[in-house]
Amino acid sequence: MLKIRETIYKYLFTIFAFASLIFLAGIIIVLLKESLPVFAEVGPFKFLFNKFWYPTYEPPEFGILSLVVASVIITLGAMCVCVPVGLGSALYLHEIASPTQRAILKPVIEILAGIPSIVYGFFGMVIVAPFLQDLLGIPTGLCAFTASLVLGIMATPTVCSIAEDALSFVPRSFREASLALGANRWQTLTRVTMPAAGSGISTAVVLGMSRAVGETMTVLMVAGGAAVIPKSFFDPVRPMTATIAAEMGEAVMGSPHFHALFAIGLILFLITLIFNIVTEIASRRFRIKLGLGR
Amino acid sequence: MRISKMLLKRGLFIGLILTMCCFGQGLAASGAEITIKGSTTVLPIAQLAAEEFMDAHPEVDISVQGGGSGMGIASLLDGTTEIATASRKIKAKELGRARANGIQVVETPIAVDGIAVIIHPTNKLKDLSIQQIRAVYTGDISNWKGIGGKDMKIVVISRDTSSGTFETFEKLALNKQKVRPDALTVASNMTVARTVAQTPGAIGYVGLGYITKRVKALSVDRVECTRETIKSGHYPLARELFIYTDGQPAGQTREFIDYILSTEGQDLVRAEGFIGIR
Amino acid sequence: MDIANTGKVNALGADKKRYTDLQQALGFGLLFASILFCLFFLGSIIFFIAERGLAVISWEFLTEVPRRAMTKGGVAPAIVGTIYLTVGAIAFALPLGLACAIYLCEYGPRSIVVNIIRLSINNLAGVPSIVFGLFGFAFFVKVCGFGVSILSGALTLGIMALPGIISASQEAILAVPQSYKEASLALGATQWQTIKKVVIPSAMPGILTGVILGIGRVAGETAPILFTAATFYTRGYPDSIFSEVMALPYHIYALMTEGTHPEVQTQIAYGCSLILLCLVLGISAFAIILRQRSNYGS
Repeated sequence: MLKIRETIYKYLFTIFAFASLIFLAGIIIVLLKESLPVFAEVGPFKFLFNKFWYPTYEPPEFGILSLVVASVIITLGAMCVCVPVGLGSALYLHEIASPTQRAILKPVIEILAGIPSIVYGFFGMVIVAPFLQDLLGIPTGLCAFTASLVLGIMATPTVCSIAEDALSFVPRSFREASLALGANRWQTLTRVTMPAAGSGISTAVVLGMSRAVGETMTVLMVAGGAAVIPKSFFDPVRPMTATIAAEMGEAVMGSPHFHALFAIGLILFLITLIFNIVTEIASRRFRIKLGLGR
Repeated sequence: MRISKMLLKRGLFIGLILTMCCFGQGLAASGAEITIKGSTTVLPIAQLAAEEFMDAHPEVDISVQGGGSGMGIASLLDGTTEIATASRKIKAKELGRARANGIQVVETPIAVDGIAVIIHPTNKLKDLSIQQIRAVYTGDISNWKGIGGKDMKIVVISRDTSSGTFETFEKLALNKQKVRPDALTVASNMTVARTVAQTPGAIGYVGLGYITKRVKALSVDRVECTRETIKSGHYPLARELFIYTDGQPAGQTREFIDYILSTEGQDLVRAEGFIGIR
Repeated sequence: MDIANTGKVNALGADKKRYTDLQQALGFGLLFASILFCLFFLGSIIFFIAERGLAVISWEFLTEVPRRAMTKGGVAPAIVGTIYLTVGAIAFALPLGLACAIYLCEYGPRSIVVNIIRLSINNLAGVPSIVFGLFGFAFFVKVCGFGVSILSGALTLGIMALPGIISASQEAILAVPQSYKEASLALGATQWQTIKKVVIPSAMPGILTGVILGIGRVAGETAPILFTAATFYTRGYPDSIFSEVMALPYHIYALMTEGTHPEVQTQIAYGCSLILLCLVLGISAFAIILRQRSNYGS
């Protein structure tokens, strides 16, 4: 009796354990199923490399090049903000902050990582965009620059907190050895601790990047939404995520437009998948390097 | 230990609910629930009317959503909404699909609206011709200098392409030509108005109800955008706002539509800045 | 000669030392600047929203339904809707995530299967929120026929919260000392009895922390509920899991994009943002403090 129950529980848990695999597979299947018709209709090459996005005209044009370019530009811009600032903050917390400072700042930054994206979008729309518009004298504050800035600030706590974790995994002996050899703290930090934590830090950067690429509400509200390859960093753009969010509710079920939006989702999914694989490899290398096992 | 037991029970309970849900889709509360989906132009009217109507009929539950005229009509054809609102007439293509789905689309005009071309209040310009508007929106002119303003880049603001306002504007002003791709494309009337109010070089177009003190409405072909000119048909960018239902409305849906068409309902239409149908 | 040389070397050393000291001071200055920048921006977001949000928040704002075309009254249905969605999501994700974690830690053979599951969890964690929204819309709303409803939204959010809950539970379970389990097994308890009576109770604080952090994240999400659960306006509170609901994050978006009274609506949006911030940050602060306490304890 007891034995039967044990076996039942074991199988039950096994089934539950596959849930995330099933959901991931479900997402892939749904995305593929809903997006293939548009590839069949437009052709994958034209879909990816045509720069005109006119989904509801007669005849419609589905070219997502400008949307992809927009996502890339905004993500790179955001990285320019969140990598130096996030990494700098992590190094500060690791090396300079006193134990009390650390005990307060670390959780505070972790809590701030939880500010919802809609709040960033709202803040960017009502405060940052008008401010930058006046400050820089640009035609409109709703542009790639503003979106990058807000997104960068948003990803900073994530990058900081993960990078700090990576730094704290570096064995104390590394640092002590370097200091004993006469290097000062800055040299130790930049030439011993940081390289030792290198792949851990790159995990932080890639995760920050993946957050920036997939972010929706902020760019929807702040980026401006012009489906065109921008001539400058201060032009309005329309990233992939914003396009899905803005048009999904309006696309007629089963129309080419509907399938095209799922195809954009598929491409987004593939991008983050690549990021994930990179992170996976980097973190494995990190653990092996520091002798932390698998 | 107690917690784990509780968790298990809860897990089983939820599993049960989920299975029930899978089999019992028809369990959803029925009768006094009305969903309204569609045009963001009609949204304020629908929302306000729903509020007042529910005050008078507490047993009715109305849910109001935007999304655009195209989406409203699509939902009606899917059968996922009782009432679709639209700021344009239903298209032949959509009617064809309705016939295929076995849905009898009934059209009820509820208000009249004009599409106002708006600019920042500091902009000195007062009037644009249809040709000038078209030139700006299709990309032939990119500087205010080209249409009699000062030397400043024009920030063109347009709407997502399934918007009824966009489709009317496209038909009446653009002669079906494509909007320049570098126009800012935003999702609703209010975003257009907000962006124009924030941006000195901007031009946009919105429904009559969305004109605020912070934007300036231009006259088009020397006709000012006012209730009178729209009513009399002189203003070139005028249109009707509609409600679409599946078959002749009945029950609470019918009462709700009757309410919008009543004197009180039409007062709400006017209070939101639109023009009553009667 | 020797002495002179030593002096030269010393002078060089001092020069070099001065240089590296300067470098260090500069470097540390930069680090300090970056954390200041980070805290300044995050602080200013909270400050702006708190300052303007407090002006509109009142008892009525929290408990009334919206009136006069969203310009008067409160946002109670949106708050209630957010709570429904969050509770629903966690109720779905917690048992599933816990079971998955137990399998991975206790039952799972060290094999390729476990590795695949682990990989899929990691990948699921990285999927953009809008893609979850697409999936929820295509699968729960359309294929399952749940329609735009609390159920669809909660399930979508639940899947999103799943990876976080699994990894937090896994960590907590792994932190349970092996000796506890061995003692239990030595006393003749079966594996399931050990898990139920020893492992889960001792891992509970850690699991709870993960769950609470998950709640905080789920409550603030907008993109997944955009097409699966949210509606612009509804009066009453939801009467079944098939009702559409208003939700705080979506309400902020709607206030900023729909309606005819931008000024008043922006004020209300400030109020909503503040409530959402308090809700989300409060929840995650609670979890993080809880975790720190238990860390110090052990």
